[in-house]
Amino acid sequence: MSYSDKVIDHYNNPRNVGSLDKASSDVGTGLVGAPECGDVMKLQIKVNRDTNVIEEAKFKTFGCGSAIASSSLATEWVKGKTVDEALAIKNMDIVKELSLPPVKIHCSVLAEDAIRAAIGDWKKKQESAKPVSVEAAK
Amino acid sequence: MSTDVKIPQAQTQTHHPDAKGIKLPIYMDNHATTPMDPRVLEEMLPYFMEKFGNAASRNHSFGWAGEEGVETARERIAKLVGATTKEIIFTSGATESDNLAIKGVAEMYREKGNHIITAVTEHKAVLDTCKRLEKYGYRVTYLPVQKDGLIDLEDLKRAMDDKTILVTIMWANNEIGVLQPVAEIGKLCRERGVIFHTDATQAVGKIPTDVNKNNIDLMSISGHKMYGPKGVGALYVRRKNPRVQLSAIIDGGGHERGMRSGTLNVPGIVGLGKACAIAQEDMAQESCRMAGLRNRLRDRIMNRLDEAYINGSMENRLPGNLNISFAYVEGESLLMGINDIAVSSGSACTSATLEPSYVLKALGTGDDLAHSSIRFGIGRFNTEAEVDYVADRVIETVERLRELSPLYEMAKEGINLKDVKWAGEAH
Repeated sequence: MSYSDKVIDHYNNPRNVGSLDKASSDVGTGLVGAPECGDVMKLQIKVNRDTNVIEEAKFKTFGCGSAIASSSLATEWVKGKTVDEALAIKNMDIVKELSLPPVKIHCSVLAEDAIRAAIGDWKKKQESAKPVSVEAAK
Repeated sequence: MSTDVKIPQAQTQTHHPDAKGIKLPIYMDNHATTPMDPRVLEEMLPYFMEKFGNAASRNHSFGWAGEEGVETARERIAKLVGATTKEIIFTSGATESDNLAIKGVAEMYREKGNHIITAVTEHKAVLDTCKRLEKYGYRVTYLPVQKDGLIDLEDLKRAMDDKTILVTIMWANNEIGVLQPVAEIGKLCRERGVIFHTDATQAVGKIPTDVNKNNIDLMSISGHKMYGPKGVGALYVRRKNPRVQLSAIIDGGGHERGMRSGTLNVPGIVGLGKACAIAQEDMAQESCRMAGLRNRLRDRIMNRLDEAYINGSMENRLPGNLNISFAYVEGESLLMGINDIAVSSGSACTSATLEPSYVLKALGTGDDLAHSSIRFGIGRFNTEAEVDYVADRVIETVERLRELSPLYEMAKEGINLKDVKWAGEAH
C-alpha cells in the first residue's frame, strides 16, 4: 500500500507539532482515540476570545502515517478560521485532500473528532467564564 | 546453451548519509520470504527449457530427466530432515502441506477419534484449517502460550484424551521466532499414541530438524523461506513406527504415493532440493552468524532506546529473528520512517478490524504495544553494515516519532496511561 505524496509530505514535515498550555482559558484541548486501536490524537487550539478566530493550533499523534497526516492537516486548516468555520470541516474533505484509501478513512474521522473535541473543550471553558466576559463586553 | 539470466539489482539510491556502501532498500523481512540463493536458481534453470519433461512420463528421456531431478531433490530433503525418500511428498507449499497433514489425518482417523490439539499462535494455514474441521464436527483445543511464547507441556498433557487423533504445533513461530519444545511434545505424543504434526516452515534449514530424534510424524516444509522458490514445499509423512496414513485432499492421478495428485513442479522441486542441500552444509556456521547479527541489532537498539520490549523468549528462538515493541510509537508510522528498510509490523492498521497481531496478543502483550511492534528477519544475505544502519535508522525514527506522540508526552508527565479513560475505548 503506497501513501499519497501529500501524506508523505505531512509525515516528513508535520505542521504545528507541539503543545499549548492546557490550563489557559484561551486553549481548547481535544484528546481522541485509544492506544488499543493504534490511534490517539491530541489537537489543541488557541482562540482569540474577541474574534473567535483560531490563532494557533498544535497536534501530537500516535498512529500510522495517514493518522499523522490527517491531524497535521487539521491544524493547518483550523488556523485562521473562526470556531464555527472550523466546525464545518468534514472528514471527507481530509480524505479528498490526502487521497486516503478506504482502509484509512477512519483516520480522517478521528481528525474531525479531534477538532470538535478541542472546540468543545474551549467552549466549555468559555461557558464557565461567561459572567466575566458578558460584563466585560458591556 | 547460454542461459544468460539478468538477476535484477536492488535499487542503489543511497539518499541517507550513513548508507555508504550499502545497497538500499535493505531487505530484512526474511520470515515473509527470502531472496533466492543464486546457486538454487542455477540448479533450477535447465529444468525449464532443456529437461522440461513431465516427471511422470515413463517412456522417454525427457520424462526420465525430470524424474531424476525430482528424485535427487527428494533425497536432499530427506537427508536434511533425517527421513527416507519414500516419506517426502511434494506440495505447492507449506500451506498445502498443513492442509494435507491436518485434513488428511482427520479424515483417515475419523473412526478413532475427532479431537485435535493445536496452539493459539499457529499460522493461519493451521488455524483456519482447524476452524474448518470444527465446522465438520471435529473438536479442537487451542492451547494458550506463556508470556515467553511457549506452550505449557502440562496443558498439552491435560488436553489429550482418548479421542485425540492429532497434535499440531509449529516448530518456530513466524512472528516472534520462538521455538516450541518439539522434542518433548514428540515424546509425549509417541507415549500416548497420538500423531504429531509440526509446521516447520520457519525452522527447516535454519536449525536441526530431525524427525526421528524428535518423534515427529508429519512435518511441513516450505521452499521460499529457505532461499528456494515460491510455490513449492513438501510434507514429511512417517512410514515406520508408526506408519501414518493420510486421505488425499487433491484427487487426480494418484501421484506422490496417492497422497498428492498433480504434475510435479519439477524446476521448483529441484530448487527446493538444492536449497536444502545448501542449508545442510552451511547450517552450523550460518546460524551462528545469524545469531551474531541479530544480537548485534538487538543490543545496538536496546542500548540506545528506553521502553523497548522484546516479544517472546530469547533463549528459545530462531537465530535470525527479533521482534521489538517500541512504546508510544505506532508500528506502521515507524515503518514509514524507515522506508528504505523492509521489515514488518504487528500493527494491523490496514486490516478491516484494527486488531493487532494475534500472536502478540496471545503473549499477553497489550494491544497498544502490539501496535508498536516491529519484526526483523535477518537472513543469509544481510551484513553487519546493514544491521548497524537499520539499528541507527530505527533509533532515530523512534526518537522522532516519540516527539510527535501524545502518549510519550503523557508518560513523561507521569501519567499512567492504563488509568486514562480514552475517548475511543467504546469502539
